Amino acid sequence: MTVHRNDLQLDAEGRLRHFLSIDGLSKTLLTSIMDTAESFTGVAERNVKKVPLLRGKTIANLFFENSTRTQTTFELAAKRLSADVLSINIATSATSKGESLLDTIRNLEAMHVDMFVVRHAASGASHFIARNAAPHVSVINAGDGRHSHPTQAMLDMFTIRRNKGDFGDLKVAIVGDILHSRVARSQIHALNILGAREVRVVAPRTLLPTKVEQLGVSAFHNLDQGLRDVDVVIMLRLQKERMRGALLPSEHEYFNCFGLTEDRLRHAKPDVIVMHPGPINRGVEIDSRVVDGPHSVILQQVSYGIAIRMAVMSMAIHSEAKAAGGGAG
Amino acid sequence: MNNVNLEVDALLDTLAAGLKKEIKRRGVHSPAMIGIHTGGGWIAQQLHERLGLSEPLGLLDISFYRDDFSQIGMHPRVKPSSLPFSVEGRDLLLIDDVFYTGRTIRAALNEIFDYGRPAQVILGVLIERDGRQIPIQPDCVGARVALAPHQRIKLKGPSPLRLVTRSLETEPV
Repeated sequence: MTVHRNDLQLDAEGRLRHFLSIDGLSKTLLTSIMDTAESFTGVAERNVKKVPLLRGKTIANLFFENSTRTQTTFELAAKRLSADVLSINIATSATSKGESLLDTIRNLEAMHVDMFVVRHAASGASHFIARNAAPHVSVINAGDGRHSHPTQAMLDMFTIRRNKGDFGDLKVAIVGDILHSRVARSQIHALNILGAREVRVVAPRTLLPTKVEQLGVSAFHNLDQGLRDVDVVIMLRLQKERMRGALLPSEHEYFNCFGLTEDRLRHAKPDVIVMHPGPINRGVEIDSRVVDGPHSVILQQVSYGIAIRMAVMSMAIHSEAKAAGGGAG
Repeated sequence: MNNVNLEVDALLDTLAAGLKKEIKRRGVHSPAMIGIHTGGGWIAQQLHERLGLSEPLGLLDISFYRDDFSQIGMHPRVKPSSLPFSVEGRDLLLIDDVFYTGRTIRAALNEIFDYGRPAQVILGVLIERDGRQIPIQPDCVGARVALAPHQRIKLKGPSPLRLVTRSLETEPV
């Protein structure tokens, strides 16, 4: 499936209409997503953990691929905005009985759903839905194939900003299976748009895309060198099926070469933060002591994920002003 | 417009005096103050000093509580609300710059009650103009001004604080 980026995500006035991928978005827009999320962080600490912003709107979570954390935080974000949420388990739905994707969408539109949150194994699935959805419906990409996972990247940027402030001084290392990772791809775009000083990818050659430098990163095949003087380390999950695919010798060997330990972390700056999008394989890509240690901001990422998803949903949802602003998208 | 002195400092004096009187009349001992972002925050800052309140000032951004979200969408520059005290059981002074339709105050009250249940809320505004659309009104004002529906009055700041009036080219919907 071809991925058409163009201006599908924005309306004629440059406002968010769908949220499908990071590339093609401006620094101003990414910053305003984080600023809006900043305002939502306080909501969870109040008596009533809800704002009435999306009262009366209906949001459907369409997860064609399992993801407990992403689905849960999207659901919680929608509920904290006072929207009604449908989480449709595709495995037991009509799709598995042969209904086409478009028929599923048409049926949900007939139920007056205002927004789809889509997770799909095929790259471009949410773009496809966005192109074919009714004009008042917005689509949020919750991960499509190897292509993109923009809300994960934004919650990572938000976590970095809250811990480190400005991006201009930061060296960031992304470590692990870059080749198969939609998260890494989105993070690299976001870090470059936001003006990070240096973005490094650290992985064995078999887990790096060819010509990875064209994405605006420097590539390292040695973890100690890749970690030298970095402010932020983002670890990626090693999918166990990659071992079977002959890309890697063994878990043990991977951990010896690319597993993040407290010793190795000493190559980074003393105030380095360690991130991981989850789920974590303790002892495979990262040592337990680092996960639970003082540099880890992994649980902050989860909390901030809710605020970022609240921001993206409230910015993308249809309003009469958007309808009046012209038929872009 | 009627002949009212719109000098902000004098209006703040009147409003501060009115609030003191109301606080005394109600027998309130240690009120906490909340300003509504942006103009109400500036006014609250000034009043907070004049009334010598001990509790730090709270700030409210009501963007997530506006009743026109489905028409106009998200405000592009939302600021986080910050209430550095518990509102539960508290006597609150809610402060805004211009009181017009009453919708902002409705949104602010809804947001405050999501933080907890205050004992009472006293509303003070620098300017009350006509055009009220819901049954909410201020307890204390700096001045009341009569404006035609196409006229607007706005507080500019933060320093110096000044009130400006202008006419819309067309009648508002």
